[in-house]
Amino acid sequence: MPQMTYLEAIRDALLSEMRRDSRVFILGEDVGAYGGAFGVTKGFLDEFGPWRVIDGPLAETANVGAGIGAAVMGMRPVVELQFADFISDAFTQVVNVAAKFHWRTRTPLPLVLRMPYGGDIKGGPFHSQCMEAWFVHTPGLKVVAPAFAEDAKGLLTAAIRDPNPVMFFEHKHLYRYRSEEVPAGEHVTPIGRARTVREGTGVSVFSYGWMLRKCLDAAEQVARDGVSAEVVDLRTLSPLDREAILTSVRKTARALVVHEAVRTGGIGAEVASLIAEDAFESLDAPVVRLASEDAPVPHNPTLEAAFQPSVDEIADAIRRLAAY
Amino acid sequence: MSRPQTTPAAGETLPPHGLLEMLYYMRLQRAIEDRGIKLYYQGRIPGAYFTGFGHEATVVGAAYALGPDDLLAPMHRDLAAYLMRGMTVGQVFAQFLDREGGPTRGRDGNVHMGDTRLGILPFISHMAASVPVAAGMALACRQRGEPRVVLTYFGDGATSTGAWHEGVNFAAVFRLPLVLVLENNQYAYSTPLDRQTAAGALVDKASGYGIPGVAVDGNDVLAVYAAVRAAVARARDGDGPTLIECRTMRMRGHSEADTFAYVPAETLRAWAARDPIALFERRLAEDGVLPPEADEAMRSRIAHEVDAGLEWAEASPEPSPSSVADGVFASE
Repeated sequence: MPQMTYLEAIRDALLSEMRRDSRVFILGEDVGAYGGAFGVTKGFLDEFGPWRVIDGPLAETANVGAGIGAAVMGMRPVVELQFADFISDAFTQVVNVAAKFHWRTRTPLPLVLRMPYGGDIKGGPFHSQCMEAWFVHTPGLKVVAPAFAEDAKGLLTAAIRDPNPVMFFEHKHLYRYRSEEVPAGEHVTPIGRARTVREGTGVSVFSYGWMLRKCLDAAEQVARDGVSAEVVDLRTLSPLDREAILTSVRKTARALVVHEAVRTGGIGAEVASLIAEDAFESLDAPVVRLASEDAPVPHNPTLEAAFQPSVDEIADAIRRLAAY
Repeated sequence: MSRPQTTPAAGETLPPHGLLEMLYYMRLQRAIEDRGIKLYYQGRIPGAYFTGFGHEATVVGAAYALGPDDLLAPMHRDLAAYLMRGMTVGQVFAQFLDREGGPTRGRDGNVHMGDTRLGILPFISHMAASVPVAAGMALACRQRGEPRVVLTYFGDGATSTGAWHEGVNFAAVFRLPLVLVLENNQYAYSTPLDRQTAAGALVDKASGYGIPGVAVDGNDVLAVYAAVRAAVARARDGDGPTLIECRTMRMRGHSEADTFAYVPAETLRAWAARDPIALFERRLAEDGVLPPEADEAMRSRIAHEVDAGLEWAEASPEPSPSSVADGVFASE
């Protein structure tokens, strides 16, 4: 299998889908001649021309709205938000126009919003946010958040082929995190399915995105103390893979949920309440959440390290749960 | 950039059947909404009820300028435009009554409807939210090389929103085949025009986007038609969007729940003397296009269609409670 970074995997998926289907196009700020703020679409303009690789104005409502309009017409737009933080400028388009469209009209709305999100890039409060829960709380949107290059390719391919609006949360810290094996050629990761990335018996750890990678490091750390952690990558946050969560927790009887998004009202609350409702009798310990502080994302690296969960904090939480 | 014009292009000559068709749709909108008001006060329409009284010339004149494959992104005062694109009177009443037979099957109320199969984008409550979406529809036409035009209607209040600015700007930058029909009805709910803009005229905004702007008498259906027809031709030729400000007056409250006390009585009287339907009727009668028997036949046809449409809607079932979450997602 070829080796590529998470960013290269995103690029690979986009390129393959644009070659495969002439309805697919990319629209966003600086995606054309410049190749995107992170370089995902470098060279695309030369191959596909200015009507399929569209440099939009600095206007998120226009770019997202235009993507919706093109999708209504049967195109397959991929709108790149330069930073996911800027989606707040297009909120009505996402939550009121796109999300409710099929329910009102029975017309599919095949739209992908690429959302470069997350911290550990020294980006501060307006370039580092994790706002996936806003959209999970909005019926009609699918929300995915890959942690590996392989899934970045597979989930973006699935998102582009999906007949619904899909919020594709791509983590900026993972863009060039490491080179990983990614299947060559067509590769589709089904939306709505979690994946157990490390088998274990003592504690179930549920996470996604950059924190999932920290959870794997923490699981490695606690393994040296004889604690067996199972690590489940949620991958899709809406619709959540309820069965995968319940199956794992019924096996281990202990659950930890970890995310980089702030704690209150986050995905962790949803996973914890799902477990409380449907697997309470399997539990040997209370469900534990680890998340970022209920505060904006700080710019200073020391502050940011204090803000989001660390590998050591995750490892400690796993040990405490195992010993409960 | 030329200065915005304030006089319409020379009136297009239409054959008598075209003129009568325009009158028919203006009257049909009025008749449906008139019945709708009665239904509302009888408590048979859930929620709010909105009409386009006074807007009929703008609505019909603009929509009449579209070709069969063109697309529409209307708002809540444009009932006739939905009918002109193929929605039935029965579907409209079923929508008002929240029935299964309405375009949204009871999922949304009043004129919050659309039908993508008819090329009508469904309207949402957020003013001007449809403008960037309409620009995207026009973008798709441009990308595929289809000679189609998208027409969107919006009000004076909508021009204050960011969505309007972004949508108009986007369409202008890419010279998209979009026609922007501004229904300046003087009030956004109770807020008068001088609280929406410090610009001397809304049409002046066009020059800020590098597009032509035209202001017309929105109560003169032929003036609206001529201006929009020129804008449609321009859009189809690849020359980009045009803003057409149609100056009219909303002759009832924002919704039927609105007291409407904020409009001075003399203002309303002055506009009432220029009722768009009455103006057009007089003009057609003077030109001999509307002989009394044709007038009577049209009136009875409309009365029958309204009755039959309402009957159809009333026979349409209530949506099933178990269906409430169906179709949140498309399966394929």
